[in-house]
Amino acid sequence: MDRAKQCRWLVALSLLMTAGFVGADWSNINMRQGVTEISREVFDLHMVMLYVCIVIGIVVFGAMIISMLIHRKSIGAIPATFHDSTMVEIGWTVVPVIILVILAFPATQTLNAMYDASDADIDIEVRGLQWKWQYTYLNDDPAKEVSFISTMLTPADEIYNRAPKRENYLLDVDNELVIPVNKRVRFLITSADVIHSWWVPDFAVKKDAIPGFVHESWAVAEKVGTYRGKCAELCGKDHGFMPVVVRVVEQEEYDTWLAEKQAEAAEVFNTIGKTWTEAELMAEGEAVYNQSCASCHQANGQGLPPAFPALAGQGLSVGPIAEHIDIVLNGKAGTAMQAFGQQLNAAQLAGVITYERNSWGNKGDSVQPSEIHKMLGGQ
Amino acid sequence: MSAVIEEHHHDDHHHGPAKGLMRWVFTTNHKDIGTLYLWFSFIMFLLGGSFALVIRAELFQPGLQIVEPEFFNQLTTMHGLVMVFGAVMPAFVGLANWLVPMMIGAPDMALPRMNNYSFWILPFAFTMLASTFFMEGGAPNFGWTFYAPLSTDQGPPSTTLFIFAVHLMGISSIMGSINVVVTILNLRAPGMTLMQMPLFVWTWLITAYLLIAVMPVLAGVVTMMLMDIHFGTAFFNAGGGGDPVLFQHVFWFFGHPEVYIMILPAFGVVSAIIPTFARKRLFGYPSMVYATSSIAFLSFIVWAHHMFTVGIPLAGELYFMYATMLIAVPTGVKVFNWVATMWGGSMTFETPMLFAIAFVVLFTIGGLSGLMLAIVPADFQYHDTYFVVAHFHYVLVPGSVFSIMAAVYYWLPKWTGNMYNETLGKTHFWLSFIGINVLFFPQHFVGLAGMPRRIPDYALQFADYNMVSTVGAFLFGFSQLLFMFIVIQTIRGGKKATDRVWEGAHGLEWTIPSPAPYHTFSTPPKDLTEAHG
Repeated sequence: MDRAKQCRWLVALSLLMTAGFVGADWSNINMRQGVTEISREVFDLHMVMLYVCIVIGIVVFGAMIISMLIHRKSIGAIPATFHDSTMVEIGWTVVPVIILVILAFPATQTLNAMYDASDADIDIEVRGLQWKWQYTYLNDDPAKEVSFISTMLTPADEIYNRAPKRENYLLDVDNELVIPVNKRVRFLITSADVIHSWWVPDFAVKKDAIPGFVHESWAVAEKVGTYRGKCAELCGKDHGFMPVVVRVVEQEEYDTWLAEKQAEAAEVFNTIGKTWTEAELMAEGEAVYNQSCASCHQANGQGLPPAFPALAGQGLSVGPIAEHIDIVLNGKAGTAMQAFGQQLNAAQLAGVITYERNSWGNKGDSVQPSEIHKMLGGQ
Repeated sequence: MSAVIEEHHHDDHHHGPAKGLMRWVFTTNHKDIGTLYLWFSFIMFLLGGSFALVIRAELFQPGLQIVEPEFFNQLTTMHGLVMVFGAVMPAFVGLANWLVPMMIGAPDMALPRMNNYSFWILPFAFTMLASTFFMEGGAPNFGWTFYAPLSTDQGPPSTTLFIFAVHLMGISSIMGSINVVVTILNLRAPGMTLMQMPLFVWTWLITAYLLIAVMPVLAGVVTMMLMDIHFGTAFFNAGGGGDPVLFQHVFWFFGHPEVYIMILPAFGVVSAIIPTFARKRLFGYPSMVYATSSIAFLSFIVWAHHMFTVGIPLAGELYFMYATMLIAVPTGVKVFNWVATMWGGSMTFETPMLFAIAFVVLFTIGGLSGLMLAIVPADFQYHDTYFVVAHFHYVLVPGSVFSIMAAVYYWLPKWTGNMYNETLGKTHFWLSFIGINVLFFPQHFVGLAGMPRRIPDYALQFADYNMVSTVGAFLFGFSQLLFMFIVIQTIRGGKKATDRVWEGAHGLEWTIPSPAPYHTFSTPPKDLTEAHG
C-alpha cells in the first residue's frame, strides 16, 4: 500500500469510529444524568471533559499512528536531525494551560452551587453503620422525630446462588429513605463506627460519613421515582452489601407517610411500659437479631472468630446479664461491636438480649423493655 | 607458567563473582544486586497477580462463588501492597542498580554494602507480610490505603506485623534511594555534567529525592496507627479527640508522591528506548528534565485530590482541583516530546519499542482519565468507583509495568550477552497489550455506570463487562509466564549480542562488552560524547 492509500484508509476508519461513537446508546455504560439540576450539570461537565480528552487523544495518537506509518525504516525513511524547537515547546505548554483554565470555570461554578447547603426545607440525618444506614428526620419536637434503619433485603440464598437473583439484586432495602419531590432536602451525614460514603448517583451526591464529623449535602429531586446507590468507601466485611435507596414521592404522599411513621413511633413508645411475655420478647428478638446481629455473629450464634465471637454456649450471653446489656447498649471500643443503644428501641434491645440468652442451647434470664428504657436514660 | 596461573587466580579473586549461593547473599556488586531486585520483583508480580486473578475470578459473575467477603478484602489489600511495594518499586530499584553506574561511567554504586542490606531486607519484609494470611484473623483487610479507623479499630491482629513490614520496606527504600542520590552526585565520570546525564538517571535522581522525602511520612503514619492500636493514643479516633481525616491527609501526603515514584523512572526508560528505535535524538531533552522536576514538585501539593469527598472546605477543594489540573501541563510536555521524537525518525518495531509505544498511548489514556478525575464535581461521581480502578491501573500496568518489561527486553542482551527470541517477545507484547485493554477498558464503563470498587459482589447490570474484564485478566496474567520463559531462555543461550546491541542505541552502557563484565568502568570513561543520545 502506498502512503496516500494508507492515509485514506486511516481517515475512513476514524470517521467510521466517530460515527459509531456518536450514534451508539451509551446510557448503560455512562454516568447517569440524574434527576437534579446539579446532577445534570455534573453530567455535562463529565461529557465536556470526555470530549476534550477524546480530541486530545485523537490528535496525539493520530500523530503517532501517522508517524509509525510514514517514518519507518522498512519503507526507507531517513531520520531527521531536529531535536528541539523552543516555539513548538512553548506552544504545547501554553495551549494546554489555556484549555485547562477554560475547563476550570464551569467546574468552579458547579462546585460553588453544590457547596451551598443553606435554606433546606427538610433536614435528614444520614448515619452510616456497619452495614446499614440510619435515617433520622430531624424535628424541633423530639416526639415527632422519625428515625429508622435501612438494611439490604437481598437474602443470602440469592448471594450464594441458591436462589435466582431478582431485579435490584443487592439494591433493595427494607426501609427506603422517602423524600418529597421538588423540595430542598439537606442531608447531614455522619457515621457511628468507621468511614462510609453515602452515594446517590442520580443526585450526584457522594459524601463520606466519618465518625466525629457531620457533613452537609443537599438535593432537589425533580422527578418521582426510586433511586439506588451504594456505600462507596470500604467499611469492612459487608461493604458491598449496604445499598442506599431513596424514594422520591409527591408532597401529599410524603405527608401521609411521615404521619404514619410518627404514629408508629408513638405506638412503640407506649409498648415499652407494659410487661412483655417471654414469647413476645423472643419473637421480637429473633427479628432484630437476624437484621442487626446475624451478619457478624451468624444466624446460628457461632460467630466468625476471632473478629466476631460466638454467642452460643459461651461469652457474654451465658454470663451476667448486666455486662451483656452494657455491651449491647454501648458497644465495645476497638472492635466492630456497635453501640446498639443508639440504633434500636428499648423493646428491640430487650428482645434481642433475651433472644441471645435463650437460643442455640443457651438457657438464661430475660429483661423487660421498661428496664432497658431506664438504662437508656428514659423516664 | 606458574606466574600466569597465579595471575589468573588473582584475577578470579578480585574480578569475578564468588561461587555458590553465598555469592548472592554477600554480594555488593551492583549488577548482582540489580539481578536480585529484578527477580524478587518478578516473584512478587506473580504473587500479587495471583491475588488479582482470584479477585477477578470471584467477580466473573454476580454472587459469591469462590471467596467470602472477609477474604476478598484481604486479597484486594494484599494485591495492592504487594504490587506497589513488592513488584513495581523493587523492579525500578533493580533497573537503577544495573543501569545507573553503567550510564554514568561509575564502577559501582557508591554505598555497596548498604546496597546489599537494602535488598536483603525485602524478602524478610514480604515473607512477614505474606505470612499474615495464615494467622488467626487473617491478613490485613482494610485496603492498601489502610484508612483509619477501619484499620486501627477493627484491623485483624496481623495489623501490627503489617506495620512492621511497612517500616522495613521504608527503610529499604530510603537506603536504596540515598545510594542512588550519592552515586549520581558523586560518581559521574569526570566531565559529565548533570545536563549530560541520560534521562533515566535524571528521573531516578528525582525519584530518589521523592522517596527520601515521603517514606518517613509513611513511617510516621503507620507509627501513629501502632500507637492508636497498642498504646492508647487517639490520633485517628474521633472519640478520643483525634481525627480520622488526619490519617488520610498524612497517608496521601506520602501516597501522591508515591504514585510518581512509580512512574518517573518509567519516563526515563521510555526516553531511552524511543530515540534508539526511532534512530533520532530525544526531542527536547532540557524540557524533559524540567517537566520531570515540575511533576515531582507538584506531587507534593495535590494530595487531597484523593479525598475530594471527605468534606474539605470549598476553598480547599478549588485549590486542589486547580493544582491537580496543572499536572497535566508537564505531563503533556513529556508525551508531546516522545511523539516529536518518533516524528521524522526511521523507526523499527522490536519488542522494547512496541512496549514503549504502548506505554505512551495507554499511559496517556490513564493521564486523560486522571484529568477527568481532577474536576471535583465530576469526581463526586467517579470517586471510589471502578472508573478510578481503571484510571490507576492504566497508569500503573501499561504504564509502569510495561516500561519495566520494555527495559528488560531492551537491556537484557547487554546483561546476558544473548538476544532474546524476537518472535516470542512480540507474541508476549501482543498478548499483554490485548489482555490489558480487555481487562481494564471495560472497567471505565462499569465505574461510570455506578459500580463501587472493593466489593466482592455487584448488581446485575454490571455483569457483562465484569465477565469481559475477567477474561482479559486471565489472558494478561498467563501471558506473563511466557515472559518468564523468554527471559530464562535468553539467560541460558541464544544469538550472541553485539556490544552496541541496537543500531540506534546511545549511552555509555553500550560501549562496554556484552554481556557486561562483572566489573565495568574501573577507570572512568574519557569519551563522553556517547553519554546521552
